[in-house]
Amino acid sequence: MPTFLMCPPDYYGIEYEINPWMDRRRPADTALAMRQWQTFYDQLTTGLGVTVELLTPVKGLPDLVFMANAGLASGKKFIRSNFRFPQRQREVPVFEAWFKDRGYRILPLPPDACFEGEGDALSVGKTLFAGYRMRSDIQSHEKIGEILGCEVLSLELADPRFYHLDTCFCPLSDRAVLYFPGAFDDYGRRVITESVPETIPVTVENAFGFGCNAVVVGRDVVLHAGCEELARELRSRGFAVHELDLSEFIKGGGSAKCLVLRLS
Amino acid sequence: MPSETVELRGHIIDSLTLPKVLDEVMNYGGTFEIIDVTIGHRREDPSHARIRVSAPAQEILDTILGRIRQLGAAPVLEEDAVLVPADKDGAFPENFYCTTNLQTFVRCRGQWLEAERPEMDCGIVVDPDRKRAATIPIHRVKKGDRIVVGHPGVRVTPLERSSERNVFEFMASSVSSEKPKGIVIKEVSAQIRAAKKAGSKVMVVAGPAVVHTGAGTHLERLIEAGWVDVLFAGNALAVHDIEQALYGTSLGVYLEKGIPAKEGHEHHMRAINTIRRAGGIRNAVDQGILRSGIMAACVRKGIEFVLAGSIRDDGPLPEVMTDMVSAQDALRSVLPGVSVCVMIATMLHSIAAGNLLPAAVKLVCVDINPAVVTKLTDRGSFQAVGLVTDVEPFLRELWTNLSG
Repeated sequence: MPTFLMCPPDYYGIEYEINPWMDRRRPADTALAMRQWQTFYDQLTTGLGVTVELLTPVKGLPDLVFMANAGLASGKKFIRSNFRFPQRQREVPVFEAWFKDRGYRILPLPPDACFEGEGDALSVGKTLFAGYRMRSDIQSHEKIGEILGCEVLSLELADPRFYHLDTCFCPLSDRAVLYFPGAFDDYGRRVITESVPETIPVTVENAFGFGCNAVVVGRDVVLHAGCEELARELRSRGFAVHELDLSEFIKGGGSAKCLVLRLS
Repeated sequence: MPSETVELRGHIIDSLTLPKVLDEVMNYGGTFEIIDVTIGHRREDPSHARIRVSAPAQEILDTILGRIRQLGAAPVLEEDAVLVPADKDGAFPENFYCTTNLQTFVRCRGQWLEAERPEMDCGIVVDPDRKRAATIPIHRVKKGDRIVVGHPGVRVTPLERSSERNVFEFMASSVSSEKPKGIVIKEVSAQIRAAKKAGSKVMVVAGPAVVHTGAGTHLERLIEAGWVDVLFAGNALAVHDIEQALYGTSLGVYLEKGIPAKEGHEHHMRAINTIRRAGGIRNAVDQGILRSGIMAACVRKGIEFVLAGSIRDDGPLPEVMTDMVSAQDALRSVLPGVSVCVMIATMLHSIAAGNLLPAAVKLVCVDINPAVVTKLTDRGSFQAVGLVTDVEPFLRELWTNLSG
């Protein structure tokens, strides 16, 4: 069973706009967000038996809840994110302290190369697929490959609404991925289809419903409710699909996958 | 053409980042040259590529660089050229950068300066304050001139290859008498027309065989019709042309009848004497002594001509320069703007002109002897197209093509 890191949404809110989903005129309902997060947490822990460690929320850091962007953890190494926007750069010391306290070696990237953690870096088998242009810079990829000793396949993100790789690409196993073709250019689509044996394209509607932002634990997939076609497709392939309402987080541009960082 | 060297690292092959960068360069109107690529041996090993990106204008280059930077292609940190002041007149500092005839750029205070007047076998002098760089022949070096030393900070642009195949490509492969001459002459005519249309100059380098073979009238007509802007020749071409104009003979042989004239061997000396007595070719034309021929046409049309002599010359005619270094400089002064050069039946003058012309100038070398073309290309004028033929039919057909 994997171990995840999560952060409760005590101070979550739409306080600024740094992606096309955020709109300060559509604030998040904090109480509802708390309930949605708790249901999701329970599904992972009680439902699927995942170990979840918790980061203490910090006032004034509303996006801390989107843990996936903290960095990339591998063994006892932690590649720390370099956020594109100053609003999120303030989160970095919080992550750094947490990982340092637990004996991780903090590995910073060159300061001029942006990188937003697991939001833009997802492994399929031994290969790391890494998104760039919107939030991360391709210049970070070589260093990440060097630290992890793996091949990094860079994918340019072509649509600002799918600003992190985890909004349009989701590994299901060592040989299968979900992806939304419209979020990539021809080169990216070719790289995905030529290097992963099974590729499952997601429809536009399901992609906008954050269908790719799913958490996969073995044969269980947890995702935002409403992606019916995708849920059917996954079930037909033998996955157990758990649909939850995560609407308050979608207002901030994230869903299930954005709320967790894989520690092991 | 402005250009910049960029570097790309990482898993650039499997990510298709390298082909994507190259495609983007072309999509935005640029061209590229891959300087080197190192491919990782194992799957996890990164690869590395260095690419020179060029564009027709700096703004286009900047747009391309901005776009490919997003794809990870960053300009390579480059160094300035090393400048060493010349320590004496007429000599370069040790280890001076020796030029080619290709377009060359010198990096000075972080900026690439295009060397003016590309010419092979020169040095490059730089004025950092005026941001200017230019080739400089060895004899013109003055003490204190800042001369480029070594190769750092110097970049040479290879000749662009046209996407259309033309005669300058298929003929440039080898020299042979067994080539379809009609097509080549047609193409040469088209190049001359294009040059004139573009406002650039056409230069002819001609040897005395032009007159001996009876082709002088064709060249005269080409000059009269305005197809020639610069003539470079030796004493002999002018002498026999004038002999022909004054006596109807070349080397004492009547061109009309093909038979030797009585006392014909004296004609060229008498012609030289007449011109020397008149005070030169220009004066002889002004005085009405010289009325026809190639040289008279040059004077009437006001085209620039440079006559450079040799040790075996009779006379020579007053306009013939006998100081070779001055003759080279005189030739240099008429070269700017030349884009096509037709070299007809003269080896030394063709090589001399080839030495001074930039590689971008289209060269056509016409000679009955294939070795002349080979010698020209062996001496660095690799862009020359060779045509092995008698010069009379060549000029006749060139005139027919251009006058039609």
